[in-house]
Amino acid sequence: MIVIIKGCGSNIASIEMAFARLGKEPVLTTDVKLIQAASHVILPGVGTAKHAMLELQNLNLIEVIRQLKQPVLGICLGMQLLHEFSEEGDVECLGILPGKVALLPQKPGFTRPHMGWNQLRAEKPQSPLLQGVADKSHVYFVHSYAVPVNANTIASTTHSAPFSAMVQYNNFFGAQFHPERSGTVGELILKNFCDYSK
Amino acid sequence: MLTKRIIPCLDVRDGKVVKGVQFANHRIIGDILELAELYSQAGADELVFYDITASSDNRTVSKEWVKKIAQRINIPFCVAGGIRTLADAEAILNAGADKLSLNSPALENPDLIGQFAAKFGQQCVVVGIDSLKVSDDYKVCQYTGDAKKMLQTERSTVDWIKEVQQRGAGEVVLNCMNQDGMRKGYDIEQLKFMRSQTTLPLIASGGAGSMQDFLTVFKDAQVDGALAATIFHSGIITIPELKKFLKENNLEIR
Repeated sequence: MIVIIKGCGSNIASIEMAFARLGKEPVLTTDVKLIQAASHVILPGVGTAKHAMLELQNLNLIEVIRQLKQPVLGICLGMQLLHEFSEEGDVECLGILPGKVALLPQKPGFTRPHMGWNQLRAEKPQSPLLQGVADKSHVYFVHSYAVPVNANTIASTTHSAPFSAMVQYNNFFGAQFHPERSGTVGELILKNFCDYSK
Repeated sequence: MLTKRIIPCLDVRDGKVVKGVQFANHRIIGDILELAELYSQAGADELVFYDITASSDNRTVSKEWVKKIAQRINIPFCVAGGIRTLADAEAILNAGADKLSLNSPALENPDLIGQFAAKFGQQCVVVGIDSLKVSDDYKVCQYTGDAKKMLQTERSTVDWIKEVQQRGAGEVVLNCMNQDGMRKGYDIEQLKFMRSQTTLPLIASGGAGSMQDFLTVFKDAQVDGALAATIFHSGIITIPELKKFLKENNLEIR
């Protein structure tokens, strides 16, 4: 059973529909027992880090998420929340992965938000999520904040600065882009996640 | 590097895709779902659905077709039309839309931009601006979905672009009204000027008539995306051939 954690964002429907196109029936919930019993957990997120962390706190989910042992995928803001701290609202995040979420630098010729299709550069092509994904594949991004490239980066992308497009740390995965809206490449990444078991 | 986005725009009226010339005389083009799937499979980078009479009729877009589109396609899409409250916005995002575009309601109540950005994030708040050249200035128009209700505001387009950025918008779609539906090319002069006035992603709209028009607007006005309706709906150019042409001319294209 794939569980999508409700309550920390508004792109939940499109994620649910993307799994439905893969023949899965994800459960949307904030229920601790269901989340703990899931085979795979999705932490979505569109919105601000501060707002999302408050929601998780109100739902008593912070410690629950930290303790999950099954594969977890944070999408967009959800990936950012897996890290220690976000400059967006100066908020403590889940702290599962080391690193701070920072505003992308403003440079001439680069828009902010970083919005549109950009290329993935595989940093760790052996990662289970990248199986079958061609280097330099295009995926769809919409964000202003990002995690710098670090030891957990499995794919990077460059806009006004290089940043982590995908991360992995033990059973925790993150995608800064929206796999649910990234065409067939995104579908493959979601399928790889579903097929992965620890 | 970010690719330049090709964005078919589907103007929706009573559940059908329609197209007018300079915002009037709309004729039916086809079924929403069929066109959404067709464009998505043809390589469109994004789709925009405008419920063109929602604002002037004082109602919100139908969540039913938003949901059906979201179920079928795997590329991002933006929904516009009479979104006036946080509840409207939430319902549309929950139906599966990726972005919301505010146009007339943002002019009625500019605070909406900041409220939406705070709740849903800057990245899903698009502001659509209908800009008309009036003597030597550009002015913002409102309620452009209905020729009888349309009005020209006192706001200058450049001031409004700066204001929406400051209020938290994540993207601007600039509809250059003098060019709309004319197929004589984008308004390069205006777009180039507005490009220099904002760091937000800027989408050109109005006037595409040939593949060369896309190349020109990307190269000369440095916009992030180009939106078009007529030339795609009428089959004058197809998205695969357009993308091939732009790639051959050294643009970054998906």
